[in-house]
Amino acid sequence: MTESAGNKKEDCHAANGVKPGRNGMVKNHHHHHQYQKQEKVYHAACNGELYSRPFIESFEETPMLVAVLTYMGYGILTIFGYLRDFMREWKIEKCHIAREREEQKDFVPLYQDFENFYTRNLYMRIRDSWNRPICGVPGAKFDLVERSSKDYNWTFEYTGRVVKNVINLGSYNYLGFAENTGSCATAAGDVTVKFGVGVASTRQEMGNLDRHEELEKLVASFLGVESAMAFAMGFATNSMNIPAIAGKGCLILSDELNHASLVLGARLSGSTIRVFKHNNMQSLEKLLRDAIVHGQPRTHRPWKKILILVEGIYSMEGSIIRLPEVIALKKKYKAYLYLDEAHSIGALGPSGRGVVEYFGLDPKDVDIMMGTFTKSFGASGGYIGGRKDLIDYLRTHSHSAIYATSMSPPVLEQIITSMKCIMGEDGMTIGRSRIQRLAENTVYFRRRLREMGFIIYGNNDSPVVPMMLYMPAKIGAFGREMLKRNIGVVVVGFPATPIIESRARFCISAAHSKEMLDRALDVISEVGDLLQLKYSRHKALPSLDRPFDETTYEENEE
Amino acid sequence: MGWLYYQYLLITGIYVLEPWEQSVFNTLLFTAVAMVIYTSYVFVPVHVHLALDFFSELVRGQPESTVALIN
Ligand SMILES: Cc1ncc(COP(=O)(O)O)c(C=O)c1O
Repeated sequence: MTESAGNKKEDCHAANGVKPGRNGMVKNHHHHHQYQKQEKVYHAACNGELYSRPFIESFEETPMLVAVLTYMGYGILTIFGYLRDFMREWKIEKCHIAREREEQKDFVPLYQDFENFYTRNLYMRIRDSWNRPICGVPGAKFDLVERSSKDYNWTFEYTGRVVKNVINLGSYNYLGFAENTGSCATAAGDVTVKFGVGVASTRQEMGNLDRHEELEKLVASFLGVESAMAFAMGFATNSMNIPAIAGKGCLILSDELNHASLVLGARLSGSTIRVFKHNNMQSLEKLLRDAIVHGQPRTHRPWKKILILVEGIYSMEGSIIRLPEVIALKKKYKAYLYLDEAHSIGALGPSGRGVVEYFGLDPKDVDIMMGTFTKSFGASGGYIGGRKDLIDYLRTHSHSAIYATSMSPPVLEQIITSMKCIMGEDGMTIGRSRIQRLAENTVYFRRRLREMGFIIYGNNDSPVVPMMLYMPAKIGAFGREMLKRNIGVVVVGFPATPIIESRARFCISAAHSKEMLDRALDVISEVGDLLQLKYSRHKALPSLDRPFDETTYEENEE
Repeated sequence: MGWLYYQYLLITGIYVLEPWEQSVFNTLLFTAVAMVIYTSYVFVPVHVHLALDFFSELVRGQPESTVALIN
């Protein structure tokens, strides 16, 4: 039941189909054998030197039995998939999906790879949990258009009814600014009356409103950077600006779970891309060191630039980037850092300034601060912040600045009002209390889920809460059972996750009241019992010191 | 019982299949299990008997031969 038009490929990360090595902290520690046992199931890190607060992140291992059963389930479904494909081939049943045309029989086959097989034979069967149209504001509760299917999800019919008051655990509405009442909505409405909705020109021509300038100043002061620039689309901010920053002869080091927009941007730039394991600093350091020692392939010239691409909160794992370590590495090896704060801006840090504030770091240490207005601010678009010369360069070189129509005035107004609210510039404490509320909700929700015995991934402070489902049938069943009980959730499977790690992803919002969360938790517990989802096997959380490996973080002074 | 069947549906993954596919799967599984049970009913006693004979012979035969060897 995604609120948006996304199917499960929506958040497709560059997962490369490999199971991420997680922290990698398990493997190479030689001097802390006494921790080895616990760490197998629970990787935590609390590094007193670099982190100002405990950094607790867990990725409980998949129980063996569950993994085996999951593979078995996929096996059975695959067999039936082949059976159905066979029947379609022999015209025993009608094929509802695109297929090779008669005239193109001898061409390279288009629909035979695994992804197509998967879509045809697995995804289609549980498709009713995605792409569900909603009617109304995706706030804490929303209304869904009811639909039914007579032919097992190949086509849907709208029944004409509306499922009312579904609790929304899916929207990235972290601070609850997706509203149709309140100061933001009023301001946006007023501006629409004054400016209209369309701008009908680009920033460089006639589409540069005074409000755009104001927004950019505001963003820069919000982030604590010299200068900032706003774009009308978050995805394009990544995919069009990375090519402007990096090019041939540059090296991009990208986290393996980076968002599709970052991956696309990196590929478009034409630079060499190397992928490091998710949030794994050993892996990153190794790549950095190799890059510096060996230089470019064949010529062995030094790389022109080394750019590290990371996200603040990873929306599929709920993990938070180990920013202090990344910054230490970046300084040590003199690389550049591109930080995508799409999910973390507004949602982390005592005053909502994202992951940099969360760790108490200096925004100047991050060369390129990128983020979107789509999530916490309840609007749309993206920004880039950084040094003034960087932003000036981007203004003249970025495709999304030159060729894209600028941001629409009501959207601008929504961002300005909500950002001022977060900063407390409207003279009220609503913003602060929302950030507070989000943090409380997150901790509460995560704690309760863990106590119930679910396996949840990610950092304790991350408002994205992935809960593991594993088995393919449970993906569909969970979505359906939750909706039956009037709760809208997002369930995710392959290809957005590794094949066995299907999950449900809850996004906590400041708009959720305690009663709503309690109701949701009760229902999750009930459905969890029904579907036997309480896989977790450890009771108490061991708090561990992460053993320190070869990595050294001292800065080179020269 | 209903609950058990539901778990079975979920774990095997046939929850997502269409009813006719479910019946195909159930029939196949049922036949396979039935055959396993039947064959074990028919053949296991014979094999157990043979095995018992074999081992008891070993047990009985062993001391003699060792003694013979030592001597
Ligand atoms: C990390 C990250 N970057 C960029 C984007 C794209 O932003 P937008 O939806 O505003 O285009 C997303 C959206 O999901 C994201 O998660």
